[in-house]
Amino acid sequence: MHTFLLFSAAFLACAVEMVEALTIVLAVAVTRGWRSAAWGIAAALGGLTAIIGALGPALAKLPIDSLRVAVGALLLIFGLQWLRKAILRASGLKALHDEEAIYEAEIALLGTSEKGPRLDWYAFTVAFKGVFLEGLEVAFIIVTFGGAQHNVGVAALGAGASLVMVLIAGVVVHGPLTRVPENTLKFGVGVMLTAFGIFWSAEGAGVSWPGKDLALIALIAFVVAMSFAFVAVLRRADASFAMAAT
Amino acid sequence: MKFLGNFGRFWYDFVVGDDWTIAVAVVVAVAFTALVSHNGWNAWPVLPACVAGALGASLWRALRVHRRLEALESSEKPTGEHA
Repeated sequence: MHTFLLFSAAFLACAVEMVEALTIVLAVAVTRGWRSAAWGIAAALGGLTAIIGALGPALAKLPIDSLRVAVGALLLIFGLQWLRKAILRASGLKALHDEEAIYEAEIALLGTSEKGPRLDWYAFTVAFKGVFLEGLEVAFIIVTFGGAQHNVGVAALGAGASLVMVLIAGVVVHGPLTRVPENTLKFGVGVMLTAFGIFWSAEGAGVSWPGKDLALIALIAFVVAMSFAFVAVLRRADASFAMAAT
Repeated sequence: MKFLGNFGRFWYDFVVGDDWTIAVAVVVAVAFTALVSHNGWNAWPVLPACVAGALGASLWRALRVHRRLEALESSEKPTGEHA
């Protein structure tokens, strides 16, 4: 069960990052050509491999409780930030993140630049930037999720599965990935990161969870219930304010 | 110097994000949990409670900012009768 939850958390979290990277890559490749974009992707993947290779062993040597506190607290901060945005979007206080608008903006921006005769450095840099930054987040998710549970393989498997899914989705739609409900995905990721963050940081701080690993399911249910309650309260508060203003 | 500034901003945005109070609340809550746990208590309810409180407070602040902006926008709009 714990392995499945780890796999699901890594899968969802990585899928969000990969959707963002794929949007940028598609925009640059369609307008400037695949060759330079592919070089950018390859360079970014090379850089990521070097970073993961350098950080992986260092993480594995850390004592498990200190690692759980550090990783758990970081995940909790990330998770709460994601959850906060998703709740604000779901309650109508923040505009929904529009992948199509980003795609159009990237195309408009790319169309104004000069096209190079050989290697298109602009396409290279944009593809590199997108893949490297999002890939760094994916690497962080794999190393932290897997490292804290001493099961990097399962986290990497989750990331690999999400890569396959996002690549298939990219091939099928071959355009902006607006069909992936981003806020729903981010809501789910926020819930998972928050629940795992609470579980690991508390365990590292000396807490014994009732029911051991099963407490994770209770924590996920708690975070989901809390989030829906916040959405309902914010919607009601915003509606009553709008009524009072008119 | 500009590179260092951008580098610092990138990591700040990456780790801390939109609301720094959440990051501070998490660090304080984890430290408090460790303190209570090392004094012989099983402090498992502490962190979930602190998370709910920190997120609730952050969302409440966001709602207040949203209301203030909406009130500002509506006060700047010309009324239909005079337009």
